[in-house]
Amino acid sequence: MGKTVDAREAAGMVKDGMTVMMGGFLGVGSPEKVIDALLETSVKELTVIVNDTAFPEKGVGRLVVADKLARVLTSHIGTNKYSREKMNSGELKVELIPQGTLAEQIRAGGAGLGGVLTPTGIGTVAQEGKKIIKVDGKDYILALPLTADVALLKAHKGDELGNLVYRRSARNFNPIMAMAAKTVIAEVEELVGVGEIDPDQVITPGIFVDYLVNGKEG
Amino acid sequence: MEKVDKRNLIARRIAGEFKENDVVNLGIGLPTLVANYIEEGKNIILHSENGFTGVGMPPASGEEDPDITNAGGQPVTIVPGGACFDSAMSFAIIRGGHVDATVLGALEVDAEGNLANWMIPGKLVPGMGGAMDLVSGAKKVIIATDHCTKAGAPKILKRCQLPLTAAKEVDLIVTELAVMKVTEDGLVLQEIAEDTTVEEVQAKTDAELIIPHEIGVLK
Repeated sequence: MGKTVDAREAAGMVKDGMTVMMGGFLGVGSPEKVIDALLETSVKELTVIVNDTAFPEKGVGRLVVADKLARVLTSHIGTNKYSREKMNSGELKVELIPQGTLAEQIRAGGAGLGGVLTPTGIGTVAQEGKKIIKVDGKDYILALPLTADVALLKAHKGDELGNLVYRRSARNFNPIMAMAAKTVIAEVEELVGVGEIDPDQVITPGIFVDYLVNGKEG
Repeated sequence: MEKVDKRNLIARRIAGEFKENDVVNLGIGLPTLVANYIEEGKNIILHSENGFTGVGMPPASGEEDPDITNAGGQPVTIVPGGACFDSAMSFAIIRGGHVDATVLGALEVDAEGNLANWMIPGKLVPGMGGAMDLVSGAKKVIIATDHCTKAGAPKILKRCQLPLTAAKEVDLIVTELAVMKVTEDGLVLQEIAEDTTVEEVQAKTDAELIIPHEIGVLK
């Protein structure tokens, strides 16, 4: 079917210097087959938007180790010593963002909003350089929308039209990133026929998904 | 007191703070232990910021599900009645005031309820993860911490020196020595452990404590 590509073809859509969103929370819910394929390419200087940089042997952490990233927008790097080393040496630019703010910036990017107002980070370094807007006497940080060239997602099940279902805590950032990138590629554990997923059970509507990678085939 | 006993004392005391049907988020480390002391039969819904309510006990060895971890990446289970959601909803739950209580550790906490627990400039910069959202969003912020650092320096200060996680959001501080409530006037000493004295607690606390007539026993 039209949307199905192999992991190598998917990785080939990621070009030098692109901004890439990647699903996953400490590597849970990350597209490992597509990451395998990315590691085989020469792609470099990526800006990655991701909850955390996972572990050196898992998820986006493997791309950090392989020097594929120039910059990362993330809430946490503490589980990957290579992120810390590369940040300290200046090889990797790290922008730390509170997790809920990061999620809303991505959601705003996909939802056509000009940003969101969050109370998180008021009175901390997270407000430095940010616009503060007062609403009904309370201060909020204006968090601007985030979008990407490519989103690399992981889902449990997908049909050939791109409708996606996630499983347990592997959902995390995947559904909001599916709405916020120009090209959306979802690696699925199970590829099923159109109509096999009940419309009520679909979490990410297929209209957001451009390509599917069958995780069983790679 | 042995370290393990201290941690269990703190965890047990904090578990007593929760009310029936509370939605609670427990941080990594010592706060996670609190789950072991929730009274049987009391309905407490544990929220995990990586995207579900109904956090259950860790699975038996060999029964781990790679798709079910807590926010620290440790394998857990989801209890019957649990619900899964994405990160935007998870933090809407937190920021929107739908979490009744959160329990977090501290590097420093102060008399105004300021908390520093996410970085030490030049030394430890892991990122704030979900901590800033939890502390500013949860209705009640409970700090579970050793009273002093390993070197013996007070962690409960007049004013935090490290970069803050959130300003003026802490409600209650529980250590192995004492329970302190944050009020507009400062920290009120509510309970002390059986093996200490008010004088010892004050000597190990940088912030000046408000000492009421009656002080309970921390147990």
